[in-house]
Amino acid sequence: MRETPLSNCERQFLLKAIEEKKRLDGRQTYDYRNIKITFGTDYGCCVVDVGKTRVLAQVSCELVAPKDNRPTEGIMFINLELSPMASPAFESGRQSELHVTLNRLLERCLRNSKCLDTESLCVVSGEKVWKIRIDVHVLNHDGNIMDAASIAAITALCHFRRPDVGIQGEEVTIYTPEERDLIPLSIYHMPVSVSFSFFQQGTFLLVDPCEREERVMDGLLVIAMNKHREICSIQSSGGIMLLKEQVLRCNKIASVKVCEITELINKALENDRKVKKEGGKFGFAESMAKERITALKSEIAPVEMIDIEEKAEDIICRTGAPCDTVPSPVVRAPGTGQVGEGLQNAWGLDEVEEEEEEEDDIEQGGPEKQPESETITSKKGDVVVISDSEEEEVVILHQGVEVKDFREEMSSGQKQATSASKKKKKKRKLAH
Amino acid sequence: MRDGPNTHVGSMMDVAVSPVLALRKFGCEQSLLSRPDGSSSFVQGDTSVLAGVYGPAEVKISKEIYDRATLEVMIQPKVGLSGVRERAQEHCVRQTCEAALLSTLHPRSSLSLILQIIHDDGSLLSCCLNAACMALMDAGLPMSCLFCGVTCAIEQDGHIVTDPTSQQEKESRALMTFAIDSAERRVMMSSTRGSFSVNELQQCVALSQRASEEIFQFYRDSVRRRYSKTL
Repeated sequence: MRETPLSNCERQFLLKAIEEKKRLDGRQTYDYRNIKITFGTDYGCCVVDVGKTRVLAQVSCELVAPKDNRPTEGIMFINLELSPMASPAFESGRQSELHVTLNRLLERCLRNSKCLDTESLCVVSGEKVWKIRIDVHVLNHDGNIMDAASIAAITALCHFRRPDVGIQGEEVTIYTPEERDLIPLSIYHMPVSVSFSFFQQGTFLLVDPCEREERVMDGLLVIAMNKHREICSIQSSGGIMLLKEQVLRCNKIASVKVCEITELINKALENDRKVKKEGGKFGFAESMAKERITALKSEIAPVEMIDIEEKAEDIICRTGAPCDTVPSPVVRAPGTGQVGEGLQNAWGLDEVEEEEEEEDDIEQGGPEKQPESETITSKKGDVVVISDSEEEEVVILHQGVEVKDFREEMSSGQKQATSASKKKKKKRKLAH
Repeated sequence: MRDGPNTHVGSMMDVAVSPVLALRKFGCEQSLLSRPDGSSSFVQGDTSVLAGVYGPAEVKISKEIYDRATLEVMIQPKVGLSGVRERAQEHCVRQTCEAALLSTLHPRSSLSLILQIIHDDGSLLSCCLNAACMALMDAGLPMSCLFCGVTCAIEQDGHIVTDPTSQQEKESRALMTFAIDSAERRVMMSSTRGSFSVNELQQCVALSQRASEEIFQFYRDSVRRRYSKTL
């Protein structure tokens, strides 16, 4: 599905609003949208909302062989997924340019800044190390995916606990959470990225652009920084010429924003820890907004079990045992009739007799020989020998038939007709 | 209750039904995402699934069906890429949705349903089905009936458990998921694992139909709540 293109009117309107220092959602130039962090029930899982942009991050780990050139270092793998849920333009399984850019940015922000102590992830040098995998799913795209993803990734890393391992000689045992407590990762610092968008060749600057603003922007500057004001990565894209002063100003803004966000992350982590310690309820189910009109929660719903067993038995009894032989491979749907289906072939038997009869009819020139029911019409008109013979054919087909039980209902009409015509035949024979 | 109905002699397929049988707490939120045409998150205990629907929209020529809409279902696992398990579940969900949707009303168009697993704690397929139905409802797509998913597990000792957790699923002998329609409470889809007798199957079907009442009542309540201000 293609993205709906932005109309010229919208574009002009947006640009004009930005020139007047106004934003569509009523924010100021340097304002972030509301950031909300929620944790799942298991470790290393969190959902980050930045305004309407929503990102899910999950950290997992496994034991693997280390890379040859770094035998004592654990591996950190980052995978950002642009789920087709986030935007109709995102297709699953296709690596778009945006996808590659974001993945690379996130890698630089987290891996190349060495925020994670990879050496502590080594179990047996050169043989076994922990591979920490961060999966980031973009669930709703309303601009500034990068900031949301970086917040989600670092929060999930801080939240994650890996199982403890024990080494006895050559043997490596992974202890379950019941046996030994899980161990948090050692994180040196928390890099968080802040995005700046530029309009009118760098004349106007906005922090945390929303999706509409991203569409009309000329350039983007992403600065990843930690709260110690150390720049972890910086990238300018869109091909605009930025002045030194502009970059420095952005750095200043970023340092303020990063401090705020880091504070928020720490608070959220602290909250979660407290709730878990107190044995309270946590997880996504608990964090669902109850006061919202679109949301509803139910209590544990008991299911009545009375007469379930009788019902089951009743159904089985009614079904009966399946028959061993299938009478006919043709499946009959109720309400449909099939002529001559499932019956004995009687063509060979009665054909001779029928021919004789027909001959008789012709010889005797039979208007008088017509059965009673047809007399009204056929007496007036010409001899309808053909129709007569057709009638007889039907009769013959139904002779000597064992009508199956389940066919009885639907073919009862037919049967009546059959018996009627049998009578006719008898009569005719008498006439002979 | 367990002794009562099981007094018939000669049946080898006696199934003891545990007296405490319940669906876990469930919750739902609709239109929580801004981009999709319809979205919902469905929570059953700790199992949580997020669903988003796009459509009816333009369809790729290669996927176009001349007399009805093309439905695509994608299930995104939380870790890694989607594999065979997800494909199988996608298939189950797609067939159920196709049966319920009146897709002939939107010929030559595409409907895409994306399910993101947020947390798996058992009964995942039924949670996916419920989330899918709520999202389709939110998107306002015409359907001949609603559907819901119920998972039953038969434990080693023959007890039936509805809406099992992943621990119960692991310990169970057989696991069945049914999609039940709202019109006549018929089974639209069934997916089973493990071995069980005919009697057990019928009991699980009957039980699922009973449990579906609760879920449909929940659907009704949540829709009523949602539109309570406009009514």
